[in-house]
Amino acid sequence: MIKLESVTKKFPGMKVPAVKDLNMEVNKGEVCVLVGPSGCGKTTTMKMINRIHEPTGGKILIDGEDALKMNPIKLRLDIGYVIQEIGLFPHMTIEENVATVPNEKKWPKEQTDKKVDEMMTLVGLDPKIYRKRYPSALSGGQRQRVGVARAMVSDPPIMLMDEPFGAVDPITRARLQNEFLRIQERIEKTIVFVTHDIDEAIKMGDTIAVMREGELIQHATPSDLLSAPADDFVADLVGRNRSIKRLHLIRIREILDDVNRVKPAPEDMPLDEVKKRIEDSDIRSVIVVDRDNKLKGIIGVSDLKRKTGEVAADYCQEVSDSVTDDATLNDALSVMLEMGEGYVAVVNEDDQYAGTITLGDLLNVVKEDN
Amino acid sequence: MLQNLYKLIIVPLFLIIVGVVIVIYTVNNPTDGLVARMLTYDNVLTALQQHLMLMLVSMIGAIIVGVLVGIMLSRPSLYYVGRGVENVVNVGQTIPSLAILALFFTWLGLGFRVAVFALFLYSILPILRNTFAGITSVDSSIVESAKGMGLNQFRILTRIELPLAFPIIIAGIRTAIVINVGAATLATFIGGGGFGDLIVTGLSVRRDMVIVTGAGLAALTAIILDYVIGQIELRVVKWT
Repeated sequence: MIKLESVTKKFPGMKVPAVKDLNMEVNKGEVCVLVGPSGCGKTTTMKMINRIHEPTGGKILIDGEDALKMNPIKLRLDIGYVIQEIGLFPHMTIEENVATVPNEKKWPKEQTDKKVDEMMTLVGLDPKIYRKRYPSALSGGQRQRVGVARAMVSDPPIMLMDEPFGAVDPITRARLQNEFLRIQERIEKTIVFVTHDIDEAIKMGDTIAVMREGELIQHATPSDLLSAPADDFVADLVGRNRSIKRLHLIRIREILDDVNRVKPAPEDMPLDEVKKRIEDSDIRSVIVVDRDNKLKGIIGVSDLKRKTGEVAADYCQEVSDSVTDDATLNDALSVMLEMGEGYVAVVNEDDQYAGTITLGDLLNVVKEDN
Repeated sequence: MLQNLYKLIIVPLFLIIVGVVIVIYTVNNPTDGLVARMLTYDNVLTALQQHLMLMLVSMIGAIIVGVLVGIMLSRPSLYYVGRGVENVVNVGQTIPSLAILALFFTWLGLGFRVAVFALFLYSILPILRNTFAGITSVDSSIVESAKGMGLNQFRILTRIELPLAFPIIIAGIRTAIVINVGAATLATFIGGGGFGDLIVTGLSVRRDMVIVTGAGLAALTAIILDYVIGQIELRVVKWT
């Protein structure tokens, strides 16, 4: 899909090239993450693909076609582009921002309108509320979403993203990453993603390209990168606690089926049965759900002694946090640590209870991997 | 809606009425015969007409040239030339307006056209400087993301850079207007006419009423124009 052949970029007045003789291939529908310390040439490499920077040597092929011979304007119209500072146009409403590329392509108005609505909904911004707002009235996370919606609106087969989730707090970032992966699963774009955060790279990438001083050191799947770093630099970059990093690679729903845990108790379950479930449970407690299968709370052994009542709901303790099933095991671990509990309840997209994960389950995963 | 009407029409109208009242009062209540001869409707109207022509012609010219040259200098290839020109402009701005008029008088002689030309050159400076500063101060990440999405140079200029620089350009135009109105009263010294005629003759025959009428009308013109442009800016810039 995207092929870089001995691509070199030397900025005028610089002695050392920013990118040296780089060969790389990104397959269709894959997310390739460029990662490395600042100044390693990762952003320059990305920006050569849509010719914001013109390479000084080598070839860039997109679907076999030489990108350097194409009309740069046409090339860019078919490549989604999200940059570090998001670059929303402050003088345009969200609607106008998202419609930038369709307007350049002269789409009919109804088609643009429909697509803008669709994209805003996709990234989780209600068009009814946000369409007419200006970027200054949005939070950092919302702006990032608009940036992503704007880049995807014309359905470009390729997207370039330069630290698109850089400017938000860690919690929002994790959420945006998860949402983005969920969207990507559906749309399967070819994405070149730049970050300096190796954790983000491991989480987002189908492949990871590690760069240093303008050279590509290793291009491999996250799993291979963790198990077989090419040299000390890569090993240093992925860090010593590789087992923990591996938790970034696995989504909760992938292990949820293998976890054998007692069924949740409906809120009107009689006390005797609740007791029995708790005895059967390996975590000495049972999750309580309401009629819509939504998470209501948890009953532990101590709750049975402390409270009185007839049915499950009377003993139920609220849980302070839960995770969604598309979060990674690492997310699950951090929620457990934050709550100070050895378990965390998992809910699905519709907020329904999907299962429970314990520290033991995480240990098993790590053990199997080693 | 009512507030819009108030701001757009009633306030300028009120200022115009103030001017008309001043004129009617002074023409009908001259302090002596000399004043009566100087302050006739004819004289005041001629002065007003000349003054407006001086201002409008020089301002329109200055806006067109200032904005265009400012845009040109802000292009990346001319950026350093632009910085140089900006410095020259800043120095040029420190020359007193009277000196500018005098300089042009020695070069081009007397008359309305020379006055217009001098005013025009003098008013270009703030407009050009602000246009250049406004465009070059647009956040480079915004321009880059526009470029990356496939907007060409011209579209980036018209859709991104100019709208974002608009408030700063307008500020330059407002500065130019205020300077221009003041300087236009000096045009009388090189035979350019305008309210300066009233002020200078008033001064030479020591009739305060004539001086105040001329000065007051010149000031009112400046206030009205500045107000109208400010309103236009408010209506166009909705995003801050």
